[in-house]
Amino acid sequence: MSGPYARLPGWADYGLIPIINLLVAFAVAGLVVLLVGENPLRAAVILVEGAFVGGQNIAYTLYYATSFIFTGLAVAVAFHCRLFNIGGEGQAYVGGLGVALVCLSFDALFPWWINFPLAILGAAAFGALWALIPAYLQARRGSHVVITTIMFNFIAASLMVYLLVDVLKPPGSMAPQTRTFLEGGQLPKLNWLIEAFGLSVRSAPFNISFLLALLAAFGVWVLIWRTRLGYEIRTQGHSARAARYAGIGQARIIIVAMTVSGALAGMMALNPVMGDQHRLQLDFVTGAGFVGIAVALMGRSHPAGIVPAAVLFGMLYQGGAELAFEMPNISRDMIVIIQGLVILFAGALENMFRPYLQTVFASLRPRSAGLAEDRAGGA
Amino acid sequence: MDAFNTVILVLDSTIRLSVPLLFAALAGLYSERSGVFDIGLEGKMLAGAFAAASAAAVTGSAWLGLGVAMIVSIFFALVHGFASITHRGNQIVSGVAINFIAAGATVILGQAWFRQGGRTPSLGADARFGAIELPFAEALRGLPVLGPIYAELISGHSLLVYIAFFMVPFTWWVLFRTRFGLRLRAVGENPAAVDTAGISVAWLRYRAVICTGVLTGFAGAYLAIAQNAGFVKDMTAGRGFIALAALIFAKWRPLPVMVACLLFGFLDAFAIRLGGTPLPIVGRVPVQLMQALPYILTVVLLAGFIGRAIPPRAGGEPYVKER
Amino acid sequence: MAEAAIELVGINKSFGAVHANKDIDLTVPAGTIHGIIGENGAGKSTLMSILYGFYQADSGEIHVGGRRTVINAPSDAIACGIGMVHQHFMLVHNFTVLENVILGAEGEPLLKTSVAKARSELERLERDYGLEVDPDAIIEELPVGLQQRVEILKALFRGADILILDEPTGVLTPAEADHLFRILRQLKDEGKTVVLITHKLREIMAVTDNVSVMRQGSLVATRKTAETTVEELAELMVGRRVLLRVEKGEAKPGDFLLSVRNLTVKDSRGVTMVDDVSFDVRAGEIVGIAGVAGNGQSELLETIAGIRKAESGEVTLDGRPVDLTGGADPGDLRRRGLAHVPEDRHTMGLVLPFEENENSILGYHGDPAYLKGPFLDVDAIRSDARDKIEKYDIRPADCRLRTANFSGGNQQKIVLAREMERDPKVLIVGQPTRGVDVGAIEFIHKRLIDMRDQGKAVLLVSVELDEIRALADRILVMFDGRVVGEPPREASEGEIGLLMAGVETREAAE
Repeated sequence: MSGPYARLPGWADYGLIPIINLLVAFAVAGLVVLLVGENPLRAAVILVEGAFVGGQNIAYTLYYATSFIFTGLAVAVAFHCRLFNIGGEGQAYVGGLGVALVCLSFDALFPWWINFPLAILGAAAFGALWALIPAYLQARRGSHVVITTIMFNFIAASLMVYLLVDVLKPPGSMAPQTRTFLEGGQLPKLNWLIEAFGLSVRSAPFNISFLLALLAAFGVWVLIWRTRLGYEIRTQGHSARAARYAGIGQARIIIVAMTVSGALAGMMALNPVMGDQHRLQLDFVTGAGFVGIAVALMGRSHPAGIVPAAVLFGMLYQGGAELAFEMPNISRDMIVIIQGLVILFAGALENMFRPYLQTVFASLRPRSAGLAEDRAGGA
Repeated sequence: MDAFNTVILVLDSTIRLSVPLLFAALAGLYSERSGVFDIGLEGKMLAGAFAAASAAAVTGSAWLGLGVAMIVSIFFALVHGFASITHRGNQIVSGVAINFIAAGATVILGQAWFRQGGRTPSLGADARFGAIELPFAEALRGLPVLGPIYAELISGHSLLVYIAFFMVPFTWWVLFRTRFGLRLRAVGENPAAVDTAGISVAWLRYRAVICTGVLTGFAGAYLAIAQNAGFVKDMTAGRGFIALAALIFAKWRPLPVMVACLLFGFLDAFAIRLGGTPLPIVGRVPVQLMQALPYILTVVLLAGFIGRAIPPRAGGEPYVKER
Repeated sequence: MAEAAIELVGINKSFGAVHANKDIDLTVPAGTIHGIIGENGAGKSTLMSILYGFYQADSGEIHVGGRRTVINAPSDAIACGIGMVHQHFMLVHNFTVLENVILGAEGEPLLKTSVAKARSELERLERDYGLEVDPDAIIEELPVGLQQRVEILKALFRGADILILDEPTGVLTPAEADHLFRILRQLKDEGKTVVLITHKLREIMAVTDNVSVMRQGSLVATRKTAETTVEELAELMVGRRVLLRVEKGEAKPGDFLLSVRNLTVKDSRGVTMVDDVSFDVRAGEIVGIAGVAGNGQSELLETIAGIRKAESGEVTLDGRPVDLTGGADPGDLRRRGLAHVPEDRHTMGLVLPFEENENSILGYHGDPAYLKGPFLDVDAIRSDARDKIEKYDIRPADCRLRTANFSGGNQQKIVLAREMERDPKVLIVGQPTRGVDVGAIEFIHKRLIDMRDQGKAVLLVSVELDEIRALADRILVMFDGRVVGEPPREASEGEIGLLMAGVETREAAE
């Protein structure tokens, strides 16, 4: 996704530009706050306090962040192959089915630590499956993966409503959801981790899948930068011609990258389904699939950027809840606006400030920017 | 006779349900034909609906509601244009962003202004586009078959419904019979040809996205101040994406767009009408299958199993001169 | 001299570090056909694109019809009566001929009347110039020759007095080209001015009144066509470069390692790019393919490397046949001992955002030496890259640096090191020294000779004739997709230049 501009030093490219874009996004969000008659600075303070002051708030922030790490990684892996997987929402939703099927089958038989790996497999397999069809259609039939994954989000929604209402709902129950999992289908909480720092957590859904998310982040780093497969994914993503030259099968690599992406999105379901609600219910994804897009864009598709970006969005979700409580004019929908603004400024308009920055850098240190650097070294 | 009445009723709601799809799909047609992909139809429609309901609630005028809806939709369309035409950003990313901004902003502003949990106040008759009775509708109602068809199906819709269906031949005419349409189609296929013919690619594409803004404004206004009596949170409920599906299904051509929208509207009306009652032969069809059918059909079409949907050749790619 | 239709004064244009046009002064007399000749990349198209307003010059003046004019966009050029037929046609593929012709010159907001007017105007143009084409035909269903006709009609329809044609005969058969030249002469007779960009000497001699020669961004000479010769133009075009001296002994050709028989390749439009080509390369020899760029050499290389599908023909690699018609796997060919230095190192030979060491395994990334199971053995890859950096004197000597930050010469060395250090049997090399500084050229040439002396079969494609002459043990000349001759080693530059310009073959055929 690089533009036709000359280069900036790495720290400006990966640090300064995202920060500028983020600040602009927040500034515009601040204008919206102003528009509804509240003080943006006070709102920012409430937001940050609501997310990070007290163990309870931190636990919630990290709980949300867990989901966003998964979906952010999912989007990022596809980005590395120059594919836009906009279907994380649907893949996560179907991934929840995989989790639920494992839990419903084995929760009476095995303890959680046996069911957890099975549920991971279930979530990953179902999420991957939901990405596989769009991937195949892109690779073999040239159907644009953006459009097909959007369609698959809606198909997933209909499928899950059908399954929950007509198939998985226990007889006699009114609510469209599965029965509550027994203890064997419930993940242990991680709140003790926060309490170990001397903070108190009353009750929060922060659970062990957070560790799995960190592991997945590390795994994605290994996959992309340390395996043959990741090498091939990146080659295809940067230059399809170079991939062809290197003998990398285009169809195969597209399908593999999308499958991995879908699996990661599917694993997001572990956090709410097995970690918090202990049942499969309607719309449990609540937009996390889409937040993944913002997280991946902000994190520049690198796990080291994605984890903090996910925490930032976790902060917005948790702090936003507090904000809605404190400021009657602001509901949690404020987060949705911020999310959209981040996607706009860190994604679609990412190059808006680059030329200006370029000029600034060129005037400060001529050798640090653009062609001057390309010449460095001579021959 | 009872079955006939049911058919009439289903077809009548088919028309009502397909109108927002039709406006939105035609909106998308202008943008995408010019080479700017737009998955932000949903957001622009939502913003338009909110703007229409708010303006109508404040002024009491449906026409002002429609006007403000268009202005707001055009604003969002211009944001999309600014990102994807001027700054050559990723068109998909920009569309996603607009959907979110609209989804959040409509609720936040609605709550701040009206304090009804994100709703806008319920609108009176003046602030809405009411049903228009065509001449002799009542007199002819008694005629067998044709009477109910005229009185129920053709007469008795709001002005916007008639505008929507008028937009179909009008769009066809614009596209294939005017200079603007010729250039619009050309810039979506080969912007370099337009550039070397001495026409500004950027300005042409901006005009196309403005058309998109106007029509999504209509779509939103129809939802909020014709079909319903006010705005509720997320009232577009994915219609922008069904419209996108219809546009692809129709291979970016105006008349098939209408057919696709009517088809998808029919599926919706049929599902609502039948609920869970079993059908002859096939038995009980899950409502959800009916709801998913537009998407499934579009995927099948995209896969190339029934014909091939080939998008405008320059679609999705920002125009950069060679080198 | 007659009044000048166009006068360009001191035109300069750079694309990044590439100085595409250097201080160009050009005068085109009205009512003449003016040829601009030069090798690919000499800056001809850039110059004409500036005149047409597609690019803006960094400095310089444009005078049209004696008046100083500012041309900021094609619309300004069109208003000055300039029309251009681009090398890559600027047509809308799914429009009719008529729609393409009126695009941008519709006249009024509704098409009905403008279409009717255009139809009768087209009929007149067709009649007057013999430019028959069905106005209601869809462009993509027309053969390329007719598509070009539509481009000419477009310009004439806009009332162009000055017509620029950029490499117009590249897609035409000889008969079609002759027809085009008749049309151009007729346009001249009507007082119009024609600028013809080409790299084919025959066309210059056949149709132009004056000719300007461009070389490496500069306009080096302008001659009256009647007062010059093909030999003089060929020399001006190629230039008297410093003769490259490469120390090398006699070749000792061994086994036939690469055999190509009746290879035919078409591009995506169905145009034949490689036409029934056959040759052999033996162990311990360098076979050089000379030719002006765009005569099928690139397609030939890519096809042998398995990147492009062949239409028909056979290739044998080290005694075993390779099926290229089904699209071979470049990785498989690599394992069988074929190394490939591609012409285009920026998009094919290298992944520019990668670190140097990552590029040093591109194509060989499946080699067990670089892997530990499914994982990349980063230490092995980097130490291997450092070895190559030292051996090939790649600077800066930093295998973690982004490849985009190396100079052209060093980037090329990264590719060469990768392809040569694998002990291949056959090495195919495209434009090894394009965009490479003088110091690196010498190094690269020496390495190529070393490869030969180690008994590799080397196939070298270059548009630099002296590079071919300095390195190759045998020379083949390609023109229009065919191998048109194998000049003897002692053939002069001029003789080979004539073959490259397609002169000999035409005369032989006629």
